[in-house]
Amino acid sequence: MNTLIGIVAIVLIFVIVFQLAKTSELMGILKGDKEGDTSESTNNTHGFLMMFLMITGLIAVFLGWWLVEDKLLQGNRNFTPASKHGDSINSMFWITSIICGIAFVITQALLFWFSYKYRARKGNKAQHFSHDNKLEIVWTVIPAIVLTVLVARGIETWYEITADAPADARIVEVTAQQFNWTVRYPGSDSLLGKREFELISGENSLGIDWNDAKSHDDLMPTEIVLEKNKPVLFKLGAKDVLHSFYLTHFMIKMDCVPGIPTQFWMTPTHSTQEMRDLRGNQEFDYELACAELCGRAHYNMRFIVKVLETEQYNAWLAEQKPFYDAIKATLNPAPAAAPVEGAAPTEATDSATVTPAVENGSVGTEVESKKNVISSL
Amino acid sequence: MAELHNPAIEVGHDTHVHGHDHHHGHDDHGHHELNFIEKYIFSQDHKVIGKQFLFLGMAWAIVGGLFSIFFRLQLAWPDESFPILEWFLGSWAEGGKLSAEFYYALVTMHGTILVFFVLTAGLSGTFSNFLIPLQVGARDMASPFMNMLSFWMFVLSSCVMLFSLFIQTGPASGGWTAYPPLSALPQASLGSGLGMDLWLISIALFIVSVALGGLNYVTTVINMRTKGMDFFRMPLTVWAFFFTAIIGLLSFPVLFGAAILLEFDRLLGTSFFLSDIYVAGEALQHSGGSPILFQHLFWFLGHPEVYIIILPAMGIVSEVMSVHSRKPIFGYKAMVFSILGITILSFIVWAHHMFMSGLNPFVASIFVLFTLLIAVPSAIKVFNWITTLWRGSIRLNPAMLFAIGFVSLFISGGLTGIYLGNSTLDIQLHDTYYVVAHFHIVMGLAAFYGMFAGIYHWFPKMFGRYMNSSMGYVHFYVTLVGSYAIFWPMHYLGMSGVPRRYYDFSVFDQFNQYADLNKFITIAAIIVFAVNILFVFNFFYSIFNGRKVTVLNPYGATTLEWTTPIHPGHGNWVGEIPAVHRWPYDYSINGRDFIPQTEALGAGEVDDHDHGSDLPNAGSAIPGKH
Repeated sequence: MNTLIGIVAIVLIFVIVFQLAKTSELMGILKGDKEGDTSESTNNTHGFLMMFLMITGLIAVFLGWWLVEDKLLQGNRNFTPASKHGDSINSMFWITSIICGIAFVITQALLFWFSYKYRARKGNKAQHFSHDNKLEIVWTVIPAIVLTVLVARGIETWYEITADAPADARIVEVTAQQFNWTVRYPGSDSLLGKREFELISGENSLGIDWNDAKSHDDLMPTEIVLEKNKPVLFKLGAKDVLHSFYLTHFMIKMDCVPGIPTQFWMTPTHSTQEMRDLRGNQEFDYELACAELCGRAHYNMRFIVKVLETEQYNAWLAEQKPFYDAIKATLNPAPAAAPVEGAAPTEATDSATVTPAVENGSVGTEVESKKNVISSL
Repeated sequence: MAELHNPAIEVGHDTHVHGHDHHHGHDDHGHHELNFIEKYIFSQDHKVIGKQFLFLGMAWAIVGGLFSIFFRLQLAWPDESFPILEWFLGSWAEGGKLSAEFYYALVTMHGTILVFFVLTAGLSGTFSNFLIPLQVGARDMASPFMNMLSFWMFVLSSCVMLFSLFIQTGPASGGWTAYPPLSALPQASLGSGLGMDLWLISIALFIVSVALGGLNYVTTVINMRTKGMDFFRMPLTVWAFFFTAIIGLLSFPVLFGAAILLEFDRLLGTSFFLSDIYVAGEALQHSGGSPILFQHLFWFLGHPEVYIIILPAMGIVSEVMSVHSRKPIFGYKAMVFSILGITILSFIVWAHHMFMSGLNPFVASIFVLFTLLIAVPSAIKVFNWITTLWRGSIRLNPAMLFAIGFVSLFISGGLTGIYLGNSTLDIQLHDTYYVVAHFHIVMGLAAFYGMFAGIYHWFPKMFGRYMNSSMGYVHFYVTLVGSYAIFWPMHYLGMSGVPRRYYDFSVFDQFNQYADLNKFITIAAIIVFAVNILFVFNFFYSIFNGRKVTVLNPYGATTLEWTTPIHPGHGNWVGEIPAVHRWPYDYSINGRDFIPQTEALGAGEVDDHDHGSDLPNAGSAIPGKH
């Protein structure tokens, strides 16, 4: 009904605009408006309107920013990135914003002001001014210099961020799939066991090769837990389609690609609790999102990331049991041989590691009902 | 010349100097009369083909625009039910709610339709066809028959895409970029079934259309300029169409290759783009392929594509601005060379779409350099447009307003490109709404504004009537305010980290803060869509009922299209094609308002566009040099 009223209203406005437009065209012809030309009064009207739009527009841009500033991450003067490299990205953002902001205001102001000032009217004659080499050199060189500064600083920061991870960085392996994440930590040997996508099955969602002894102490927790101020290297992968590992508060994004390992390292600087206090929101959590379109539930791959102080982190780590311990009983024959099909999924494993999407292997709607889907679906 | 052998072209046939009825009052030499089908359907007249591209482009623009309204409704009111959606989309929107699967299909189709069918075919196809022969002084394209085929390949491509909207598994839904493995695996998504096959076929046909058209544009510009029409006497429109066609010819075939290889992966089990995949409960055989290879191939077209879209708009805007400011375009040669610079650079920036794809960081840094470099020619163009207005005598008609609006949007969207082209900032902003805001403003809206400027400006030449300018003004102001209202706030969403291509934001606390803003954006989108329907109405109404053109050159423009009859027939000029004696921007010179290109140079006069500044008392003038 509302839609109908809306459509009727729009049609009515159309009819009115059309009638007025037709009338004004006829009036113009009667008044002797030259075809292809615009009258002085028309130019005045639109000159003033353009000027008005420019001024209100520029005000709206800054007012709008000021109104939403509290909600922003970048562009928020109070924003504290949760990672070390986030600070460099943030300062790069501010530098770029100041430069672009100045260029934006000057060029928009001139554009609309000239449109107003040089509107055709009595006493205003156009001047043949075809070019001016000095002027053109000036406005080629200035942007070139400014951009060189931005490029240099940008690339320098980029190399810092993408440099090799420190040797003491902890490794966290994250594997994406439709529509979930699987996490694996190396155990006490700091090494991850081998994986092979052909070994993936309902029970072995990552295709871990249990013959590789390095896999026996690997942990597979249901959340990503990090230690504050300790560098962490995320080793990323995907099982089915492209995904992207996106931690907005840490300013990390990296695609997860089937068949091609990718990685990203960082140092978290604020624990979850610190960030909750800082943001004045005790409900706050760091969220992992998927940033590369991966199918129908792409928007629904939320995963919690926790950053703990060192003692808390160690306590958490001590609680974790190697995944292998939980499932080795089900491996038949024992680990030395090839992994086995048909073993029942153990309830001991976590739901996150054996996801419905993979078990089901279907894209039908029933998958979604098993997930923590929002009500609106 | 080729057209002399073509019976469809009879010079002077059907040309009218006074704009009276088409079918009477002509001396008949007994030659072949064109029937309706030859004249309006399978026409080989570049002007008719240009209009055909425009009509089909407009139809697609309405479809693509409507799709965006549909998915904006979902984003603004995720819990609401809209019976109108079910009416339009049937089981894809059961109970008036869009399914997630179809949401992505709509997003994909919106992108594909707008980028390829509207802003490539509808913009470059329309104006390259219509204006190149008229402005360089040719009777038609180099190969009118191929030109006709180009349009009909576009029709065929359109039919395939349209058909894909009605199949059971729905159209392609993996984004307009169609990244594999998602697009290659029917198990991974409904839209990767038959819909994806049809998408690839449609795109392949479309590329054939672009190639046929592009070959014609390039050949015509190189070979068929009239006497005296040196390269540096061509209007900037022609320069822009020329470079656009070259970019298209060099880059579209790469996408053709990518599409064929992807289809091989889908149908024949090859592994160009696939490796190590476990999906739907089984490990696939594919081995050794690289999904990133597809991204390279896709963006090798995909990035030049944005210049294919924006360059014609730049050319149109340069011409419209110059005519209605009564001034030469400032820095004509700089404009030409900046188009050339953009053309070259457009081929070496593609990987800036892939900073976060796992690309080697060193390779990424090279692409940062080239990407930000492209801001230099872009900045030159902006400054030159602004200076063109300076000390002009500006007619603020709808065409001119849209041209000014174009520059405003190009500035806004261009500056955000400086953020995104910087890989450091792209880490955070990549695939967020910041990107959506950026490319919609700089390429979507700006190109649309260029198209509107061109339509309002050349409508009298196309149809012998004027569009209603009051409706044009309403169209302009609502569109300008509305389109900024839609896309400006999206920057703020992006700066808050909100990712694009999300069906529902409520899953994440961080992304779920903008319910009101999303409603605001959707309402603005509906209003802008409505006012553009008004534009379409104005367009068709004016074809039949607009104010009639009674003079040959209503704007006082210098270029050749205004020397043709009001209703030019196939062949454009009655009698000989006029020769050209000067550059196209002699406005407000020698005490005259304008001097047409066809007027011979006076005694002692030089065609002086490449000489020093002629601004009185300009200290920076370097007379006699350039």
